Amino acid sequence: MSKMRILLAVWGVAALAVAAGGPRGAVRAATVSAITSWVHQGTTAEVAAFGAIGRASSLPTFQSACGTKPVTMEGYFETGFPDIVDLTQEFTRQYPNVKWHIREDQFAIITQNAPLTLSGPNPPDLMRLPQVSGLVHDRLLKNLDGYFKAYHWDRFPSSQLASIRAAPSGRPRGSGPLWAMGVNFSLTGVFYNKTLAAKIGMTTVPTTLAQLDALLAKAKAAGITPIVQFNGGATGGLLFPLQQLMAVYGPPGPINDWIFDKPGATIDTPSNLAATEHLQRWIKAGYFNADANATDYPTMMSKFEHGGGLLIFDGDWESGNFDKVMPGKVGFFLMPPLHAGGKHAAMSAPLTYGIAATAKHADCAAFFLNWVATNPTARKINVAVGGSNPGGPPDLPIPAVKPGSVTAQTLAAGKVIARENGAMDFIANATGAIYAQAWTPEVQKLFAGRETPAGVLTTVQAAYVKQVASGQ
Amino acid sequence: MTQTTTSAPRDYRALSRESASRALQVRVRDVRLRGWLYVLPALAAYGLFVLWPLIQTFKYSLYLWDGVAPPQWTGLDNFKTVFSDPDLVSVLEHAFELIIFFSGIPVVLGLAVATVMQRLAPRRLSAAARTVLFLPQVVPLVAAGIAWSWVLSTSGVVNQALSAIGFGGVTRAWLGDFGTALPAVGMIGAWVLLGLCTVLLLTGMSKIDPALYEAAQLDGAGAVREFVAVTLPGLRQEIGVCVTVTVIAALSAFDIVYISTRGGPGNATMVPGLMIYQLAFFNREVGLASALAVVLMVLVLVCILPIQWLTRKGSDS
Repeated sequence: MSKMRILLAVWGVAALAVAAGGPRGAVRAATVSAITSWVHQGTTAEVAAFGAIGRASSLPTFQSACGTKPVTMEGYFETGFPDIVDLTQEFTRQYPNVKWHIREDQFAIITQNAPLTLSGPNPPDLMRLPQVSGLVHDRLLKNLDGYFKAYHWDRFPSSQLASIRAAPSGRPRGSGPLWAMGVNFSLTGVFYNKTLAAKIGMTTVPTTLAQLDALLAKAKAAGITPIVQFNGGATGGLLFPLQQLMAVYGPPGPINDWIFDKPGATIDTPSNLAATEHLQRWIKAGYFNADANATDYPTMMSKFEHGGGLLIFDGDWESGNFDKVMPGKVGFFLMPPLHAGGKHAAMSAPLTYGIAATAKHADCAAFFLNWVATNPTARKINVAVGGSNPGGPPDLPIPAVKPGSVTAQTLAAGKVIARENGAMDFIANATGAIYAQAWTPEVQKLFAGRETPAGVLTTVQAAYVKQVASGQ
Repeated sequence: MTQTTTSAPRDYRALSRESASRALQVRVRDVRLRGWLYVLPALAAYGLFVLWPLIQTFKYSLYLWDGVAPPQWTGLDNFKTVFSDPDLVSVLEHAFELIIFFSGIPVVLGLAVATVMQRLAPRRLSAAARTVLFLPQVVPLVAAGIAWSWVLSTSGVVNQALSAIGFGGVTRAWLGDFGTALPAVGMIGAWVLLGLCTVLLLTGMSKIDPALYEAAQLDGAGAVREFVAVTLPGLRQEIGVCVTVTVIAALSAFDIVYISTRGGPGNATMVPGLMIYQLAFFNREVGLASALAVVLMVLVLVCILPIQWLTRKGSDS
C-alpha cells in the first residue's frame, strides 16, 4: 500500500503545481490590462504635467526623472552594437544610482519578440525597436510627445524624427505623435577598398552614375570582383544598391511616402523601373560576387575585409569597424547622381529606441535619451563607437574624429545629405513583413535571372497593398 | 511485478460464492486504479504540453489574430487560404519533395550498408562503422546545419573535391542556387538520418532466423533472391519504423532549413515548419500559422497511418 501512497502524493504535488500556474497567470493578465488602461488614461494628464514643468523650469532634472533611490533600468538591445552599452555604462558613471540590466538579441529575434516583450510582465524601459507601425497599432509603446515638449526636442531638426512619428493607428508614418527616439542616425553609401582601387587606377571617386559604371567595368576587366554584396538567407542585401539607384533615377520624396504608408503611394513607378533595370544590367554583367544568393552579411564583411571585392553597399555602422580592422585602406563615397552636380540621396535612419507603454522607469529612460543627444561625453562615445551622426540640436558640435578615417568621411557625407535634404528611410521598413516576405525573395530571384525588373516591382507593390490593408 | 498484499482473504473457499466474486471485483478494480496512478503524472504532463497546445492551435486557426490585439472570428477562411495561396501550396510541395531525400535515401542506402556490414565486415569493424554512422544522430541539428553550410559553400569541401577530380565546371554555391538548394538541404537531412536507419535495419537483420537463409540456399537462391525473399520481409517492421520516423522528420523539418538557407533563395527551400514560424512571429498572422500547423499535422497522419497499416499487416503471418 505504501507504493500507492507515494503515487498519490506525486500526483497531488503535480496537480498543485499545474493549478498554481493557472490562477497566477490570470491575476498577472488582469494586472497588466489594468495598468495599460490606466497609462492610456494618464497620458493626457502626463502631457499637461510635463508641459507645466517645461514652462516652469527649463528641463526636467535627473532627480525628477529618475529619483534619488537606486534604480535598475531594463534594457533590450541588439547584439553587435556596443555603442548603446557603452552609453549606458557612461550614464551609470555619471549617475551612480542608475544601474542597467541589459538583454541582447539579434535584430530578427527582437522583431519577433517585440510584441510579447512589450506586453509582458517586465517590459523594457528602453528597447531597440524594429518597424514601429504594428507596435503603435497595438498600443505597446509610450507616446513621447510629453517628453518632446519637456526636453525641447523641437530644437532637433524635424526630419530627424519624422520616420518615428506615426498616427495612433500605426500608419501612415511621418507625422503624428512621437513613438521612439533615435540614438544616432546612420548613413549608407559605397565603401571601397583603396588598395584594389589603386590597382585599377582609380584616382578620384565617381561623381556621376556613368563614371561608377565605368569603374565597375574596369574592375571586372582587371579580374577583381567589382561588388561584394550579401543577398543570402533571409536578408536581401541587393536592396541597398537598388534603393540607391532608385534615388538616382528619381527624387527621394515618393520613396519616403511609400515607406511611410501614405495613402496612394506606390513603388511601381517608371523611375524605379529604370533603377531596377540598371541593377539587372549590373547583375548580368557579372559585377556582383557569383554566390551573392548564398552570402550573408557577416560573410560579405569577411570577404571585403580580405580583399574579396572593390566595393560594398553598406552603412556607417561599420565605419568604426573598418577604422579598426583596415585602417587607412577603406574609402567612402555617396552614391553619385545621374548628372554632374546633381543632388545626393542616401538611406539614413535613426537607430530607434522606444519605451514600453507599461515601463516602470519611463521618465528615467526619456531622461537618458535626452542625455545621449546633448551630453558632450555621450556624443563623443556615440560618434567614436557608433560611427554615426549623434543627432540632437544642430548647434551642438559633432565631436571631432581622426581626419582621413572612415568615420570622418561618413560624417562629412552626412552633412551633405542634410544640406541637400536627401535622407530616406529603408524600403525594407515599409511594413513589418515586406522585407522577409516580398523584397528578399524578389531580389534573390532577380539575381538568379528568374524574375524581371517589372515583376519585382509589381509583386512587391501587391504584397505592400495587402499588408497595409491588414494592418501589418 | 511483485505480488502486493491485498485486504481480500486468500482462501476463497472459505467464503460464499457471492462475497468471493465481489472480493475479486474489488481486487481487479484496485489493480486498474493502481495502473492509472502510475500513468497519471506522465499523462498530466502530456496533456499540458501536447494536448492543451494542440487544442489551442485548433482554436487559433479559426481566428484572425496578431498575438496581442483582440482576435477576430473568421471560421475556416484560414484553411481556405492555406489551400489557395500559391505560396503556401508550394511550401507543402517542398515538404513532400524532402521526403525523397529524408526518407528514400536513408532507407535504401541503409539497407545496402546494413547488408554489407552484416555479411562482409568483421565484428569489430562493423561495431566501429555502426558508431561512426550513428554519430550524426547525436550531433545537434543546428551544428550539423552550420557545418554543412560551410561544406556546401562556394569555397567549401564539396566544390574543392569536385575541382580536384576535374569537375570544376559544376561547382556553385549549392545552397544559394535556385535549382540545387532544396536537394542540398535534402542531402543534409539524409546524412543525419542514414545512421538511424542503418542501425535499425542491422538490428532487425540479426533477428531473422538463420534457418530461413539456410532453407533459401538449399532451394538454390542467390544473394539477391535471398535478400528479396528472406531479408526484406523479415525487416518489414524495422522498415516501417524507419520510414515513419524519416517521413515525420521530412514533413516537420525546421532546424536544418532555418540554419542553412532560412527558406531561401526566393522561396525555394521554404518548408511548412519555417513558414509557420515566419507567419506567426514576423507576419503576426497567428491564425493562418495555426491553420497551416493543423494542415501539416493532418498531412503527417495521412502519410504515416497507411505506412503503419501496411508494415504491420503481415507481421502475424
